[in-house]
Amino acid sequence: MSQQPRSHQPRSTASGKSGSGKSGTGKPAQRRGQQPAAPRPGLVLDVDRSTPPVLLHSGEQFRLERLPAGRSRIIYPPEPLPGLEHPDEAIRDALLNPVDSDPLPAQLFSGMKLTIAFDDISLPLPKMRRPDIRQRVIEAVLDLAADAGVDDIHIIAALALHRRMTEAELRYCLGDRIYDAFAPRGQLYNHDAEDPEGMVMLGETRHGEEVQMSKRAAESDLIIYVNINLVSMDGGWKSTATGLSGYQGIRHHHNVKTMRNTKSFMDQENSELHRSNWRQGDVLKSAGINIFQIETTVNNDLFGDGPLSVLAKREWEWSAKDRATFLGVKTGLDRLPPSSRRRILHSWEAPYALTSVHAGEVEAVHKLTTAEVYKQQLVSVEGQTDIVLYGLPYVGPYNVNSIMNPILVMCLGLGYFFNMYKGKPVVREGGVLIMTHPTTNEFHPVHHPSYIDFFEQVLAETTDPIEIEQRFETSFATDEWYRHLYRTSHAYHGVHPFYMWYWGSHALEHLSQVIIVGGDPATVRRLGFRPASTLADALEMASDVLGPDPSITYVKNPPLGMADVT
Amino acid sequence: MKALVVDYEIARFGAALIASTLRPSSATRLGPLKLKELDPAELPSADWVRIAPRMAGICGSDLATVHGKSSRWFETIVSFPFTPGHEVVADDPDGQRVVVEPVLGCVARGLSPLCTACADGRLGNCERITQGCLDAGLQTGFCCDTGGGWSTEMLAHPSQLHPVPDELSDSAAVMIEPTACGLHAALSADVQPDETVVVIGAGTLGLVTIAALNRWSPPKQLIVAAKYSHQQSFSREFSSASAKPTVVCEPAKLIRVVRSTVGTHLLSSDRSLHPDHDPHSRLSGGADVTIDCVGSAESLRTALAVTRPGGRVIMVGMPGVQTVDLTPLWQREISLSGAYTYGTEIIQGAPIRSFDLAAELVAAADLGRLVSATYPLTRFPEALAHASSSGSRGGVKIAFDLHSPDYPAAPMLSTRKAARR
Repeated sequence: MSQQPRSHQPRSTASGKSGSGKSGTGKPAQRRGQQPAAPRPGLVLDVDRSTPPVLLHSGEQFRLERLPAGRSRIIYPPEPLPGLEHPDEAIRDALLNPVDSDPLPAQLFSGMKLTIAFDDISLPLPKMRRPDIRQRVIEAVLDLAADAGVDDIHIIAALALHRRMTEAELRYCLGDRIYDAFAPRGQLYNHDAEDPEGMVMLGETRHGEEVQMSKRAAESDLIIYVNINLVSMDGGWKSTATGLSGYQGIRHHHNVKTMRNTKSFMDQENSELHRSNWRQGDVLKSAGINIFQIETTVNNDLFGDGPLSVLAKREWEWSAKDRATFLGVKTGLDRLPPSSRRRILHSWEAPYALTSVHAGEVEAVHKLTTAEVYKQQLVSVEGQTDIVLYGLPYVGPYNVNSIMNPILVMCLGLGYFFNMYKGKPVVREGGVLIMTHPTTNEFHPVHHPSYIDFFEQVLAETTDPIEIEQRFETSFATDEWYRHLYRTSHAYHGVHPFYMWYWGSHALEHLSQVIIVGGDPATVRRLGFRPASTLADALEMASDVLGPDPSITYVKNPPLGMADVT
Repeated sequence: MKALVVDYEIARFGAALIASTLRPSSATRLGPLKLKELDPAELPSADWVRIAPRMAGICGSDLATVHGKSSRWFETIVSFPFTPGHEVVADDPDGQRVVVEPVLGCVARGLSPLCTACADGRLGNCERITQGCLDAGLQTGFCCDTGGGWSTEMLAHPSQLHPVPDELSDSAAVMIEPTACGLHAALSADVQPDETVVVIGAGTLGLVTIAALNRWSPPKQLIVAAKYSHQQSFSREFSSASAKPTVVCEPAKLIRVVRSTVGTHLLSSDRSLHPDHDPHSRLSGGADVTIDCVGSAESLRTALAVTRPGGRVIMVGMPGVQTVDLTPLWQREISLSGAYTYGTEIIQGAPIRSFDLAAELVAAADLGRLVSATYPLTRFPEALAHASSSGSRGGVKIAFDLHSPDYPAAPMLSTRKAARR
């Protein structure tokens, strides 16, 4: 394995500039004992014969693969931006000096109804080392509310149709102090989109899209929404119009037509998903819903300085210690049973640093936040590729403390990873997507009951998103048992696997073939994809469709990066 | 005459039972069934006749018998030695093709007056199957006096014989008897047009039951648990008349499929388990009627798990000794009833013989194609091995063709020996 970076010159570099990533009043953090090195931007590396094998995630394991020289390139994400040195001060500053809005204290008064909603367990990925940003922000808000004499406060996990968070997860996210103060009195709870008494219809957009919301939130004098904007899709009107909504409202943008007109859902300017949410936001404003939006961003520091730091490094820069560490981690994980691997990896707490916090009017805040996300994640990429390669990690938004079942594999690869672009997809139309993941026929029976039936009954009939939507969605969405489990257990809503499939519908339409390296053959075929035992086999199979020597782009992720393709 | 004969040899029944579990291919060779050259049997009474089997099917109950798996319940209602074979198409003394209705009721036994069941036309419920001019035997094929279809000659009472329409092949005709069983089960289930029906098992009995439901009492929704792909295809094809498209699934997935189809709740004692792997998972509601065409402990347990409170479970497959928790039967007030053979059915208020209906259904649904393979008597070990695994080998009904040339039986080889060769 070569360590020499001589020939690894970036073909293009990140559009984000290195620097402080400063926002609010914070200053760049400095690690103890280190000089404040400027983080390097993302880069596109042309693979030549001296390029060492590259790391690919493959679920709860790792692969080292050598890419064909002369026709392959690797997109590396930018290095972590420095975090704010004093996050609590930055948060307080954002609340007192909001964007296009009165300061929060001016909006708080005794006798008011205040609802604080926050992003659920699907963010961030992996989970954040304590204290979670949501705890920091909500504690700051509660301090101001207490100063104003506000005591009618409800705190709601804005999970839309996701599974309810457990007590342990809520405590982790918000801290014991908040949990113990509010949960016992029924003032801290999970959103219930199927509570017939708890939801209200607020109207329709000019496109006929219904707008639905938590009744408590809608009847509040003020909603404070606390976001963690891990990717550029998060936040904005999507927070309240989706997070506090139900099936009646969400179905208007979580559908195949919308997703196929969303290119991509990480690029708001070209996202029908966002346009629909923004229209629903207009209805919220017209209905007099008063929202104080708080959006936060974190840096790319998923693995810290410890043994996993090697996962964030560029392979040609691996030291002997890095290689030994990686070998140890990989061998150890390979030898463990899957359940142990899963337990270990899901216990990982990322040392993210807060890079920005903005508060105030929804759209104004969101513009600033999106710029911060791009600053951390955007990598300029010239031209599309014939084959795009992803290494899927062990966790996605919907399997935190859970199992990444085959439908979530599809969603992570063809939904999230494929859509991490601005401009054009990394892979050309008619190209091939290859991803590495074991893709076993394994489901979490508590979290994903409707996924099991979706896999067994729906995908056994068809993988066509349009047909799936037309033939099966309603029965799953209105199924009493799924509804019961969503409301009382910790199950995703019955319709959720459909949304996962729709999430990948743009990619399905765009690609000629999807190949999963290392995937269980029968399971992969049920998804409508092709299994391959090795990357070499997968590239050979792709050549059958694309012709000899197709170009290959490996998008290394995580840490998160987003391609700005021109 | 040549005949396959089951002798009362306890040791061989035991050997067959063990072998059928450990090495199914050798069960027949070790068991009590032997091919013999016999003298023609005496007629039990003057009105009985000799008939020459043309084709005789191999039924699940036959396999259970020769493999030593039958319930001891039968000990007093069969007589040894006997020649199996109760699914029979034969030539009668006039050369007319006939199928045999094998139940040995009061008429065949020369008993008068008839028992209540026989008087009502419910031959399968005859109360005198050990009396009269015949030794004990619930059917031809289990009685030492009558012979059976697995032979070149057998005896029959004229009341047992039904002429075969010319348009039916022997393969079709041999399907009449199992079809009569299936339609009797389907009709006894008394399915209403707005009901949901589950059929567990899609072997011969399951498929003809599905075809009969489709012909005479299609439910609003039919759900079939079928193990193999060809069974699944036949299940769909034979059930086109239901209001909703038939849902077909693998048996292990039946509980979840019924749940999602009828829209009820799944209850699991261990929520950390995938429902397919939880032996105690069941539904809070379920199907109105479940027809169990397998007859195993697992199929009955599943039937009770997927049937709604107050629903009905019809057991068509021969069960034998099974251990099943019947608490759901009690707690959910499910009616459990058996469906054995046939006799007379009531169609639109009018009585009609099951066999006449069966002949009509066999022709209409082209059920003769369910006969997947035929063997000469001399190759009976292979025939029975094939019948034991017909589903996994893509077949449905396996039969003896008594007209095929008798060539020497192929030596039974173990897989290892065959591989060496």
